Amino acid sequence: MQLTNKAKQVDRRPMTFLESIYLWNIIKGMGITISHLFKRKATIKYPEQKRPFSQVFRGLHVLNRDAEGRENCTACGLCAVACPAEAITMEAAERLPGEEDLYREEKYAAKYEINMLRCIFCGLCEEACPKDAIYLSETFAPANYGRKGFIYKKEDLLIPHPINEKEAYEKALGNKAKR
Amino acid sequence: MADEVKKEVPARFKVTIDNITIEVAPGTTILNAARQIGGDVTPPAMCYYSKLQGSGGKCRTCLVEVEAGSAADPRPMPKLVASCRTAVMDGMVLKNITSERVLDARAGVVEFLLLNHPLDCPICDQAGECHLQDLGYEHGKEGTRYEFKRRTFEKEDIGPYIQLHMTRCILCYRCTYVADQLTDNRVHGVLERRDHAEISTYISKAIDSDFSGNMIDVCPVGALTDKTFRFKNRVWFTKPVDAHRDCENPKCCGKVTLWQRGDDVLRVTARKDQWGEVQSFDGKPGWICNTCRFDKKHSNDWVVEGPTKVSRHSVISQGHYIDMQMPKEIMPEVMGGRAPKLLMDIQDISEVNSVDIGLLPGPATSKTFEKKEQ
Repeated sequence: MQLTNKAKQVDRRPMTFLESIYLWNIIKGMGITISHLFKRKATIKYPEQKRPFSQVFRGLHVLNRDAEGRENCTACGLCAVACPAEAITMEAAERLPGEEDLYREEKYAAKYEINMLRCIFCGLCEEACPKDAIYLSETFAPANYGRKGFIYKKEDLLIPHPINEKEAYEKALGNKAKR
Repeated sequence: MADEVKKEVPARFKVTIDNITIEVAPGTTILNAARQIGGDVTPPAMCYYSKLQGSGGKCRTCLVEVEAGSAADPRPMPKLVASCRTAVMDGMVLKNITSERVLDARAGVVEFLLLNHPLDCPICDQAGECHLQDLGYEHGKEGTRYEFKRRTFEKEDIGPYIQLHMTRCILCYRCTYVADQLTDNRVHGVLERRDHAEISTYISKAIDSDFSGNMIDVCPVGALTDKTFRFKNRVWFTKPVDAHRDCENPKCCGKVTLWQRGDDVLRVTARKDQWGEVQSFDGKPGWICNTCRFDKKHSNDWVVEGPTKVSRHSVISQGHYIDMQMPKEIMPEVMGGRAPKLLMDIQDISEVNSVDIGLLPGPATSKTFEKKEQ
């Protein structure tokens, strides 16, 4: 039964002398190889050169602060309940009098952890957040020798202070937050 | 009307709500008749509480349209009526979700209830089991048209265990009925009038009645919250289980729902029925005493009966694995009795759960975690 008309009869005739020394085929193959030397390269030299990120790229998480440097996160748990990989855990605490410049709301995340081994970078935490506290930046999670290094604590995730460490803050904010 | 012949009252009244006909006993309110049908036909209620006498008629969320007053007088009622306070008549025809007027009025009521209610659900401990949240989600509009400053109050402690967050109060008066009907002498009520009205304890007088904790359960919003649970966890991360204990207090029912995290009991509440009200046992509402609610926070204080049935539409059932069957652990068998080497135990690295916050009398603060680090 013929399914398509693309079938070709196999040519089983014995090779001629010219064919049996393969020279023609080698020249043809080398021609393709050499022509690529003069074409534009598909690769870049990575650490020196970097490709621009897509507008919708979702990388490493950042816990945001407001303009006065107070933490936005109130430990409402919506990111953790939205997380399909169950990578986020947190522990809430009450803000004490005198801590108003540290935390924006009366409740804050005392502990906040993301297990980067579990995270699938889907960005649902960012979508669930009612306080604009978590967003996915344009950075990769750096490689690590141990699994321990992939449990990101709050101090690993928190954005630098916008007033005290202005440059680091701007850098961490990236292009995405500016848009 | 003088020559009207008084007919004999039938033993059962026939009522039609949203084209569903049901027979109920005379004297039943429209809301309770609708609850007998159940489902979407039931009007929402923020202030009415079937276990508290005299409650209802304040929030206006249960408004329904009366299409025909009764079989004897089938004229429609001109205004929407509060279904929790209106008794049914024989042959009454009512419209709830099939009436445009009702849905529009209810959206308006929700907007009014939310005028002064802060949108701090991410902070509020009631989020996830809040009736106002559900009401706003189901019947409310997306935005608010209110542009003025919202009414705010300072947080107040009602006794050592209960926190009153008056800003969130919608003045349903349920807690004052609890104080009237469950506790010996009422020391809190509503002060002032109109926009200034507030629940208060007449100069922050502590409530030391054994049953004062029940006002937390009846509060439809997060105005009265359990201080021993404050900021401990979100309800949807806790695991509700039914449990009971033999309480020394004769008035206490002892049947509760424990809200657990692992084996830690984070919170104890009375058991709730499908309307969010305290369940009745042997015809008596299952109020629980303060000892059961606030002091018994160890799982060995309780006899666990089994997991509480939570509606699958509720956020509380999110991420809970029901009837999970763990696959058989085959590794030790395959490896000749040796357990596999764990490359990482998350408990060793994670800082969460390093402090047992379940047993703290109040919310965790920065000091709680400082002590641990020292």
